[in-house]
Amino acid sequence: MNARNKILVLFAHPALHKSRVNRQLISAIKDIEDLTFHNLYEEYPDFHIDVKREQDLLLDHDIYVWQHPFYWYSSPSILKEWIDLVLKHGFAYGHSGTALKGKKIFSAITTGGRREVYQEDNMNNFTIPQFLAPFRQTASLCNMVYMPPFVTHGTHLLSEDEIHAAALDYRKILISLRDQIFSDEEIWRCNYLNDLLELTQK
Amino acid sequence: MHSQDFFYQAIIFLTAAVVSVPLAKRLGLGSALGYLLAGVLIGPYFLKLVGEEGTDIMHFAEFGVVMMLFLIGLEVKPSLLWNMRRSIFGLGGLQMLITTLIIGGISMLFGLNVLQAIAIGLIFSMSSTAIVLQTLAEKGLMKTPAGQGSFSVLLFQDIAVIPILAILPLMANQVRTRSVDLHEPVLNETTVSALPGWQQVFLIVGLVALIIFGGRFLARYVFRFIAQTGLREIFTATALLLVIGIAVAMDRVGLSPALGTFLAGVVLADNEYRHELEANIEPFKGLLLGLFFIAVGSSMDFKIFADQPGTVLGILGILILVKFIVLLFLGRFFRMRTGQEILFSFALAQTGEFAFVLISFSSQNAILPEQVSGIMLIVVALSMLVTPLLLIINDRLVQPLFIKAQKEQEPDEIAEHDNPVLIAGFGRFGVVIGRFLRANGIGATVLDTNPDNISFLRKFGFKVYYGDANRADLLEAAGAETAKVLIVAVDDREQINHIIEQVQRKYPHLKIYARASDVRHTFELNDMNIAGYRRETYDSSVELAVRVLGELGFSRYQANRAARSFRYHDEIMMKELHQLWNEDKRKYINEVRRFSQQLENILISEKDHALHESDHAWDIESRREEIREMYEILTGESEGEEDKDT
Repeated sequence: MNARNKILVLFAHPALHKSRVNRQLISAIKDIEDLTFHNLYEEYPDFHIDVKREQDLLLDHDIYVWQHPFYWYSSPSILKEWIDLVLKHGFAYGHSGTALKGKKIFSAITTGGRREVYQEDNMNNFTIPQFLAPFRQTASLCNMVYMPPFVTHGTHLLSEDEIHAAALDYRKILISLRDQIFSDEEIWRCNYLNDLLELTQK
Repeated sequence: MHSQDFFYQAIIFLTAAVVSVPLAKRLGLGSALGYLLAGVLIGPYFLKLVGEEGTDIMHFAEFGVVMMLFLIGLEVKPSLLWNMRRSIFGLGGLQMLITTLIIGGISMLFGLNVLQAIAIGLIFSMSSTAIVLQTLAEKGLMKTPAGQGSFSVLLFQDIAVIPILAILPLMANQVRTRSVDLHEPVLNETTVSALPGWQQVFLIVGLVALIIFGGRFLARYVFRFIAQTGLREIFTATALLLVIGIAVAMDRVGLSPALGTFLAGVVLADNEYRHELEANIEPFKGLLLGLFFIAVGSSMDFKIFADQPGTVLGILGILILVKFIVLLFLGRFFRMRTGQEILFSFALAQTGEFAFVLISFSSQNAILPEQVSGIMLIVVALSMLVTPLLLIINDRLVQPLFIKAQKEQEPDEIAEHDNPVLIAGFGRFGVVIGRFLRANGIGATVLDTNPDNISFLRKFGFKVYYGDANRADLLEAAGAETAKVLIVAVDDREQINHIIEQVQRKYPHLKIYARASDVRHTFELNDMNIAGYRRETYDSSVELAVRVLGELGFSRYQANRAARSFRYHDEIMMKELHQLWNEDKRKYINEVRRFSQQLENILISEKDHALHESDHAWDIESRREEIREMYEILTGESEGEEDKDT
C-alpha cells in the first residue's frame, strides 16, 4: 500500500451564495480524509493574506488544487493575489526557493461554455490547457508538477443530476489521487483529469 | 460627640442603607427612595433609633449635593454650558418666575401677606437636585431632552439661591413681626456679607477668577505631581481638599458652595486627571448623598402630619399639581415632545433640599410663622419621597402610552414578524449598525432612551422600544426570546457590562456583540465570553490615518494595505497585552500610569512585528540581487576571457 498524499484545496469563489456548481463540488469533497479545504475569500475577506500561514499549509501537504470558476479565462482575483504573495522568491523559486519542489498541483475549474467551444477553430479560439499556460508555468518555475485540469464544462446548462454526477466525479478523482491509484503515465495521457474515470470503468 | 456615639450612629445609618437600598433597587424603586424610606424607618416616629440629631446630620450630609455638582461639572465642558445658556436662563428662569407667582397667589388666598407669599413661592419653586439628578442618572436619562432640561432648571435654581438668601432678610425687615435676629449673618459668623457691597463683589470676582485660573493652568501640574507619588490615598485627599476648599471659600464670600464646586468641575472638565478625580470623589458623594436622604427621611415630623393630615396632603397635592402643570407647559414651549415633557414635569415636581435651608432661614428671620414652616418642612420631605414614585408611574404607565399611541397612528408601518437583531442604544454608534443592517435587508429592533427618535425610526421599519436595555420586561417585549443577536451599543461602559451580565443570565442563546470603549474594555469583554466586540473609535482612527499616509505621498493602495497589516498585527498584539493586563490587574497601578504603561507595551510589541512582511513578494530586491549575481558571474567570465584574449 502506498502512503496517502495530503491534499490542499485552495478554493476561490467571490460569490458562493450565487454558485450552483462549485457549491456542490465542495460539499462533495469537504469530508475527505487527509484533505484540507481552504476557502480563500472566507479566510481573507479583505485580501490581507497571511503569507506565513499559507506557506506552512503548503509545506504540510503534497497535492494542491486551485479550485475556482473560470473567470475571463483565468481565476478570480484573490487567487492571483495569493500567487503574487505566497509564492515568494526564496521560498517557491530562486536559488534557495525549493520548498515546493516535487509537489503536485492542478486546476479544478468550472466554465459556462461547453468543451467544444474551447477549440482552436471555435468561439474561444484556445483549448483549456492553452488558457491555463500561466498557471502551468507558475507551477513549473516553482519546480512543481502541474497535472491536467479537472474541468466541469457547460455549467449554465447542467441539470441538478448532472451537477451531482460531476461532484461525485470530483470526489472520486481526489480520493484516487490521495491514494495514488493512477500511475504518472496514466495521468499524463489524459487531457483532463476527468478522463481518468473512463479508465477505471473500462 | 463621643466616638462611641459616633460609631453607634454610623452602625444605624449604614445598616439602614445596606438593608433598604438593595431592597428598593430590587423592587425597581431606585436608591433615593430606598434611602428616604430607611430614614423614615429609623426616625423618631417608627424605630426611634435616631432622634433630633437627624437634622444636624442632614446639614452635614448636604455636602453630598456639593460633591454631586462637582462631578456633574466634570462632565460639562464650558462650551456645552454656553450652548445651554438659553435653556438654563430661559427655561430655568421662567420655571421659577411662574411657579413663584402661582404658588404665591395661592398662598395669599389662604390669608398670608404678600411678602410671606413671595417667600413661600420662592421656596416651593425649588426642586431637588439630589433626587432628580441621582434618579435620572441611575436610569440613564441624563442625556435625553428631559434630562438636559431638568439639569438646566436645577442649575438655574442653584444660582438663584444666592440672591434669594440676600433678599429674604430684607423682606424680614418689612415683616417686622420680630426684629431680634434680623442681622444674624447668613450662614455663619465669619461670612463676608457684613462687608461693604463693593468689597464683597471684589472678593467674589476674585475667587471665581482664582478657580478658573487655577483649574486651567495650575491643576494639571499639581495633579501630576501628586499622581507621581503613586499613593492613591494622597490623590483622594487632594481631590477632597479641592472640593471642600472651594466649598468653604464660596461659603465665606456668600456664594452657594454647590455652584462653586460646579464651576470648578466645569473648569476641570478638560483636565487629563478628570477620570481619576471622578473615581475618587464618587464614593464620597454616593455615601453622603445617601446619608442626606436618610437624614431627610428621619427628620420628617410625622406628628404634624398626624395632627393635620388633610392640610399637609392638600398642600402637597396643590404643590405638585402646580409645579407639574407649569413644567408641562414650559416643556412643551421648549420643544420637548413624545413624553419627554411629562418625564421632565414628573422629575421636577417636588421641592428640594434648598427648601430646607430657605425654610429654616425664613423662620429664623421671622418671615414665616413657626406653624407654617413646620407644615412646609413635612410637605417638602413628602414631596421628595413621592418623586421616585411619580417617576415609576411615569415609566410604567405614562411612557408606554406614547409608544402605543404612535403604534396606533401608524399600524401598517410596523413589521410584526420578529427581528433577528436587537440593538440596545441608538446613538452615534448604534445608528450606523442599524443603517448597515437595514441596507442589507436585516430587520432590527431598537431599544433606546431617546423618544425623539422613536417616531421616525418606526417609519423606516425599525421596531423601537423606549427605555433602558437593563430592564428585563423591556428586553422580553422587544423579543429577546426569539432574536438571534443582541448588539450592545450604549455609550456607558458600566452599563454595557451590566446589560451583558443580565442578558447572559436570562437569554443564554443570544449572541452578544458589544461596543468597547477602549483597550481595557475589550479585555473585560473578552473575559465575558461574548460573540464579538469592537473598539468604538479604533477603526475610524485607522481609516483617518490611511488618509494621512496618502497625504504624505503613500499611494492609496499602499496606505490601505498598511492599514490592513496594522489591524492584523494589532489583533495579535492585543492577545499578548491581555495576558499582561491580567497580571497587572493584581497589583495596584495608578490609573493614568497604567494607560501609559500599556501604551508603552503596545509600542514595544509593535517594534517586533515587521508590519509589511506580506508585501515582500512585491519587493523584488532579492530577485534583483540574484540576477545581478548571475550576470556578474557571466560578465566576470567573459571579462576573464577577454583578458586571456589580450
